[in-house]
Amino acid sequence: MSDQGLKSAPLLPPDAGRDTPLFAVAAILVFLAGLAGLGGVGAWRAADDWTNQLTNEVTVQILPTEGRDADADARDGAEALRAIAGVRGVDVRSRAQSEALLEPWLGSGGLPEDLPVPRLIAVELDPTNRPLAGSLEAALADKPYRAALDDHGNWAEAVARASQAVRYFALVLVVLLSLAASAVVAFAARASLAARWDVADALHIVGAPDTFIATLFQQRFFLLGLKAGTLGALGAGLAGAGLAYAGGTAGALFFLPTLSLGWMGLIILPIAALASGFIAALSARLAVSDALHKRWS
Amino acid sequence: MVSTPSIAPTTGSHPAVRFDTVGMRYDQGPEILHNVTFDLPQGGFQFLTGASGAGKSSLMRLIYLAKRCSSGTISLFGRNTALLGREELPDMRRRIGVIFQDFRLLNHLTVFENIALPLRVAGQARKSYSEDVMELINWVGLGEHTHSYPPTLSGGEQQRAAIARAVVAKPDLIIADEPTGNVDPAMAHRLLRLFVELNKLGAAVLIATHDHSLIRAMDAPVMELKNGTLIHGEAVS
Repeated sequence: MSDQGLKSAPLLPPDAGRDTPLFAVAAILVFLAGLAGLGGVGAWRAADDWTNQLTNEVTVQILPTEGRDADADARDGAEALRAIAGVRGVDVRSRAQSEALLEPWLGSGGLPEDLPVPRLIAVELDPTNRPLAGSLEAALADKPYRAALDDHGNWAEAVARASQAVRYFALVLVVLLSLAASAVVAFAARASLAARWDVADALHIVGAPDTFIATLFQQRFFLLGLKAGTLGALGAGLAGAGLAYAGGTAGALFFLPTLSLGWMGLIILPIAALASGFIAALSARLAVSDALHKRWS
Repeated sequence: MVSTPSIAPTTGSHPAVRFDTVGMRYDQGPEILHNVTFDLPQGGFQFLTGASGAGKSSLMRLIYLAKRCSSGTISLFGRNTALLGREELPDMRRRIGVIFQDFRLLNHLTVFENIALPLRVAGQARKSYSEDVMELINWVGLGEHTHSYPPTLSGGEQQRAAIARAVVAKPDLIIADEPTGNVDPAMAHRLLRLFVELNKLGAAVLIATHDHSLIRAMDAPVMELKNGTLIHGEAVS
């Protein structure tokens, strides 16, 4: 009999039955970590969009004064603001538009004519050439009507704080899920080694260093982690796309910015799958090395 | 039979194995071996006998570096094993071929792959050792079972495969722990002849056995363990 053309069998025998529950747990953990990561990225981008919108726009309220035409005052104020360097555009909102904004709180029954509804001017600023501090207020200071300026500073700060909290929450979640995955894989690697001491002993006796044996387990668990991670990441991608679609629809309905993942969303999932493989490999290597060291100390 | 593979003897004045007042215990348990002192010269052939539980397997474990002694000194080929770093142990183990009563073959590997295991572990390419392994397989009479799996072999065939695995890397020392325990007497004597041939090729051989018929068949020194204490040159009844 000859040995020509034959390939060597893997030194670790297949362990499919024992690996299936671990595969499922790893896939679920990566799915959750992927969703947390996507959520963090989405919240980050949304918060950036909101902050940009808030900080690059100023709202001016023209308060109605008895005996004066508030709409004419608003137009006059808009002209004064438009002339300032750094103002990209102004948009005067009519009484009807102001009433529409109040409708969710005051109902749709129509407001009494004598109710003093402020007129709003949305002032869009050039982010690369912002007006000098105080120039907007100065432009309206000498006018015969009252005007109040809101630079959205309070809102922007609140949104920044909220987005920061969401980012940290997502990060903590990803770290916790990674730790859980490491612990599960380390446990499984020890169980796998315990079931395969015959192989480890035989290799040890014929002169295999601990690193050689640990590498066998490391490779097995890397592939398992990578496959489970790919499945979990695909699931997270599909779920994220579904949420983004639903979020877009809801955003359009409730005047919210849409959830957009961008390129970060595209790379976070392959990274999650790869990270799953590496975490599994490292956990398995450390667990097996420790067990071998104790057995043959 | 095809030509026998060469097993290069190690030259030098150091014995292959030297035990000097060696004691051993497992963790905090009682002492299994007490004050064991003996030499196995390079190229020597010795038997180790004793009743079950006398400490033969523990002594073997010390030689193939699976355990460390708790007192005394063990030297292999002139090197104090207590001073060997963990990273040096695999190289030292490769100089020792170990054979067990229960064979310890890997059931998911073929006879060829089991026998070639030490060479594969040493990083050699299959192409480089394929011919030598085939020659060795034929030498131990397993040519027809090259691609069979261990569970399909008889006890004697499995033990011959285990012996071939132990010698394929041309070790300087062969230790066998009850190598004939799972085979019939005829096969036991056939295996003994294999050990004798390997010894003639230069390897030191230490066989632990309580099979007195095997010991009587050879004119070789006998050490006997009694309750962990070594008695040299005891007559075998």
